Amino acid sequence: MNWDLLFQLLINGIIVGMLYGVVAMCFVLIYKSTQVVNFAQGEFLVLGAWVCWFFVLKWQLPFVLAFLFAMAFMTIFGILVQMVILRPLIGEPIISVIMVTIGLSIFMQALMNWVFGNSAESFPSVFGEETVMIGGLQVEMAYLMSLVLSLLVMGLFYYFFKYSRYGLAMRATAFNQQVAQSLGISVKQVFAMAWAISALVSCIAGVVLGLVNAVSNSLAIIGIKVFPAVIVGGLDSIIGAVIGGVIIGVLENMAEFFDGQFLHIGNLYTVAPFYVLIIILMIRPYGLFGTKDIERI
Amino acid sequence: MSHVPHPRPCGDFRTTYSDDTSLFRTKVEGRIVYLGIAALLISPFFLNDYYLSQMITIGIYGIAALGLNVLVGFTGQISLGHSAFFGFGAFASAWLNNTTGIPVFLCIPLAGLMTTAVGMIFGIPAARLKGLYLAIATLASQFILQDFFSRADWFSGGAYGSAAEVVNFLGIDLDTDQKYFYLVLFWVVVSFLAVSNLRRSRDGRALVAVRDHYLSAEIMGINLTHYRIMSFGVSSFFAGVGGALYAHYLQYVSVEGFTILLSIQFLAMIIIGGMGSIAGTLLGTAFILLLPQFMEDAASGVAVIFPGIEQSKAYIKEMSVGAVIILFLIFEPEGLIHRWRLIRASWKLYPFSH
Repeated sequence: MNWDLLFQLLINGIIVGMLYGVVAMCFVLIYKSTQVVNFAQGEFLVLGAWVCWFFVLKWQLPFVLAFLFAMAFMTIFGILVQMVILRPLIGEPIISVIMVTIGLSIFMQALMNWVFGNSAESFPSVFGEETVMIGGLQVEMAYLMSLVLSLLVMGLFYYFFKYSRYGLAMRATAFNQQVAQSLGISVKQVFAMAWAISALVSCIAGVVLGLVNAVSNSLAIIGIKVFPAVIVGGLDSIIGAVIGGVIIGVLENMAEFFDGQFLHIGNLYTVAPFYVLIIILMIRPYGLFGTKDIERI
Repeated sequence: MSHVPHPRPCGDFRTTYSDDTSLFRTKVEGRIVYLGIAALLISPFFLNDYYLSQMITIGIYGIAALGLNVLVGFTGQISLGHSAFFGFGAFASAWLNNTTGIPVFLCIPLAGLMTTAVGMIFGIPAARLKGLYLAIATLASQFILQDFFSRADWFSGGAYGSAAEVVNFLGIDLDTDQKYFYLVLFWVVVSFLAVSNLRRSRDGRALVAVRDHYLSAEIMGINLTHYRIMSFGVSSFFAGVGGALYAHYLQYVSVEGFTILLSIQFLAMIIIGGMGSIAGTLLGTAFILLLPQFMEDAASGVAVIFPGIEQSKAYIKEMSVGAVIILFLIFEPEGLIHRWRLIRASWKLYPFSH
């Protein structure tokens, strides 16, 4: 038993899991307030990363400014997607809504391949190459910063929903659209806001991932990987999304560890989350923290 | 679901229940279908290989898409893993033939049955789930099966893929497009007839009841678990048969072909054709399969003016699939068949079509 490696992978799992948690949060945010599942979440993330990369490398902007521009761009993009593509589909069956976001993801994937090319491009180093020692283990600065950013985003989410006026409006809409509307909340605005926030946060996650690895279109796979996380946590629980993300991140790394040490099947970490997903759906179809649907006949 | 005027021909009063469940609504409709099949039967003598291979591909994917339409259009379940079942059928048929030596002709339905079993296993979680959770569960089955294909060397040949024999029927090798066309046509006719019959049987009505309001259906005594799993089984059967036909057409199966993208294309076929419509399935399949060709030609045309387009053809083709899905869902959510019904209604009701 290689304890050092196990511990290292555990730390990796938590850090990666936090990022999954952030993406899963975006996902849950959209689902909770607009009842739409965004299959294009991964593409949102990659687009954010590419736009930031473009500003840094092609326009030679300082990183912070480029990051802000990219966030602004993605916010507008999110609102546009909601207005142009999803608004006409309000009230349509769930399969149409799922398919339209899948269509969007295919479209965006191809477009990004076309515009930005299909090779991986790295950011100029922002956090530096140095590493930090935590409990006798080396952790790269970039990883640590991504952890800090994830925690910051989660804190902001918490504050926004708990104390701000708009956050309250969104919670009210998620609870009951008709009642919210009768209290003077513009449901249309709330929907647009949910997409804007989700796109914005995806952009942050994308840029962080881009800094840690490199920007490439294959990062979009994270949009698929968050599904197990979201389901484990429950589709309509934001805290559940974060916990689910960490669980899946740790699980992936543990699967890799046991695979590498004992089982030697190879590639176990990519499918392990999906087996867990099926098992959880069999036992608790609404996830660990999701609300159980009770239907009135 | 739709609000299309559905004008009946004069004198068609449907005085008995058996009239109401007849295969064709009118005699003319029946004759058109028979004539169409007859035309297809003689078409290999007139068409060149390019058109034939297109038609064979449409037939193969059409069978699989029809299976998906039973699941999505009739029962209202969602599956994002249809291409994995399609792939399973392909591998199963090749594996059966290579290991046991059962004639390929029989392997095709047997592969369908094997896929049915697998589909029903993955359908079990589906009995408890609906909507979004189901979509994600089937997504998981897609990845699990795909992983199985690349791992199970004994079954699929792993990364190398496996070879599929030429179909031999009564001593004739179906090795050219002309001969293979008849095999595909046979299966297309059988599947479409089977699904049309399912649609007007007790089981088919139960499936539709589950789709329209599952609680009411359950109260009326329809066993939800039974019918949900059954529809997964039926859908997988056709996916398996389609996959087997695909394998023996190409005579080689490899893992790369059965990705999530193909699953999405299957869904796109039935959405564009018209969900729950049997004839629409073929329309949608033809549309999705011919779209890349059309975009290729269109891009070549545009490239005369803007030469830069020439290198980006591949991306344009991919984008067009996504764009078509989005545009159809926004502007024509009920598919091509709905458009056809509107045209027919306005023609029949002329000059009072509004």
